[in-house]
Amino acid sequence: MVRRCSIWKESAVLVAMAVLVLGSSCKKGAQDPFPASGAIAGWQKTDATRVFEAKDLWQYIDGDAEHFIQAGVVSTSTADYTYNGNLEAVVDIHTMGGLDGAQKILETGLTRDAKTVQLGDQGVQYAQSVSFRKGRYVVRIVAYEAAPDAPQALMALARGVEQRL
Amino acid sequence: MNNRRDFLKETGAALLGSQSAFALAGSLSGADRSETSPRSKVVIARDPALHGQGTQPDEQRVLNLLDHALETYTGLDAKDAWKKVVAMGQAQDKVIGLKANGLGGKGIATHNSLILAVAERLQQAGVKAGNILVWDQNARFLEACGMAHNTDPAKIRCYSSDVAGFEDQESSWGVARIRITKILTRECAMVINLPILKDHSMAGVTFALKNMYGVVDRPFSLHADNCNPAVADLNAIPVFREKIRLTIGDAVSSVYEGGPGFHPERLWHPNALIVGEDRVAIDQVAWGILEKKRAEVGMPTFEAAGRPPRYIATAADAAHRLGTNDPKRINLIEV
Repeated sequence: MVRRCSIWKESAVLVAMAVLVLGSSCKKGAQDPFPASGAIAGWQKTDATRVFEAKDLWQYIDGDAEHFIQAGVVSTSTADYTYNGNLEAVVDIHTMGGLDGAQKILETGLTRDAKTVQLGDQGVQYAQSVSFRKGRYVVRIVAYEAAPDAPQALMALARGVEQRL
Repeated sequence: MNNRRDFLKETGAALLGSQSAFALAGSLSGADRSETSPRSKVVIARDPALHGQGTQPDEQRVLNLLDHALETYTGLDAKDAWKKVVAMGQAQDKVIGLKANGLGGKGIATHNSLILAVAERLQQAGVKAGNILVWDQNARFLEACGMAHNTDPAKIRCYSSDVAGFEDQESSWGVARIRITKILTRECAMVINLPILKDHSMAGVTFALKNMYGVVDRPFSLHADNCNPAVADLNAIPVFREKIRLTIGDAVSSVYEGGPGFHPERLWHPNALIVGEDRVAIDQVAWGILEKKRAEVGMPTFEAAGRPPRYIATAADAAHRLGTNDPKRINLIEV
C-alpha cells in the first residue's frame, strides 16, 4: 500500500515535471509539443507524457543514456500513441543543450537506406520510424510494428510535433 | 567485500554453489573449469517459420521450439525435462522467478509467448501458478513484455523489482556496489533467466549476464568502461551464482545495432532460442551470432566499433569463474 502511494506520488511528480520542463524549454512557451488525441487524424495519445532529466535518463533507456549525456541532453520527454487503434508508436523529444549535440544525436547510427525528408532543420525516415531535429530538439517517432500505412501516418504525426516545437 | 578473508569466504561459497549449478545437462556440462572438466553445453534451437507472415511469432511454434530446445539440452522428453529443471533448483513448492527483459520497449522485449510457454510447462511439471513470478526492473518494462501487474497467488504473479523493494544492505563484489531486489534475495528459490539478444551501445552485447542489471537498484552505476568488469562482478555476487540456474535466451528477434533500445531498421529475426546453464558460454555464443549478422550487413565488429564485450572474458577469468568463454570448451549444439 505504501509502495502504491509512493508510485502515485512519483507519477504526479513526473507529470508536474513534464509541464514545467516542456513549458520552460519550448520556444512557443505554453504549447505542448505532444499532439493531443485527435489533433492529428487517426492518432490517439495513450498515456501521460513522462519526462526524464539527464541524470535519470537511464531509467528510460539504460546504457543509451550515456551517449545522450555526452551530447549534452538536458531532458527527454516521451509519450505513447496509437494510430487507428492498432499501430502503436512512441514519440521521444530530446531537449539538447545546443545545436551540435542535437545534430550528433540525430546523425548517430544513420544508415544509407535512410530517406531524407523535409522536416525541421534535418529529417530522415525509415519504414517504421521518423527522426528530425529542430533547433536544440531531437525528435524520434518509432512504430512498434510494420504496417503499409505506417510511413505516411508517422510523417503526419512528426509534422504535428514539429509545428508545436 | 570488506577484506581478503571475506573475499575468500564468499568466493569459496560461490564456487561450492557453482559445483552443483550446471547439473541439468548431465555429464555434458560442469562448473569445474579445470582443463579436464566437461564442456559447457549450449543449445541453439531454430524454427525459420516461427514468425510466419505476422510480426509476432506463432505461439504454438514458440512452445514447440521451447520443448525441442529443452529436450535437446537435457536428453529427456519435455515433461521430464521440466521436472528436472524444477528438481535441480529444489523448487517444487517454492517460488521460481522468470527474469524477463523489457527495457527496449514493445518492439524488442522478451516475447510474451516465450514467457507464457515457460510458465505453462512449469505448471505441467507441478509448479503452482502462484509460485511462478515474472519480473523485471519496473512495471513499464513488464508491460513491454505483455505482462500485467498481478499479486493474486491463484495466478502467475507479476511485479517489478522496484515494487518489491530492495535490500537495505548493500551487496558488493569488485566494482559492483548495489542493493538487490528482494524478489531475488527473498522470494525466489531459483530463477530462469529470459533475456533477449541485443546489441548494446556500451556493453557491446546484452544477453544472459547483463540481464541481471534489472535486478539491482542502481544499474546506471555499472556502465563504466563498457560495463567491464561490472557485469562480471555483479554476477559473481553469491546470490546470483546460486539462484540463476537456467537461461532460455530469446533470440526470436534481435537488434544488431542501436541497442539496447528499439531500432526497427536494425531489427532481425534469428527465430531461435538459446538454452544453457553456463551464462558465460551462452554470451560467448550470442556474441558470435551478433558479429556474424553485423558482418553480413557490412557493419564493423564490436572491437572496431569500440565496444567489445570484454566482460565475457572477465566473467570466465580465475577471479570470477562464472563459466567458460573458450569455444573449445563449449559444446554448441544447433538444431
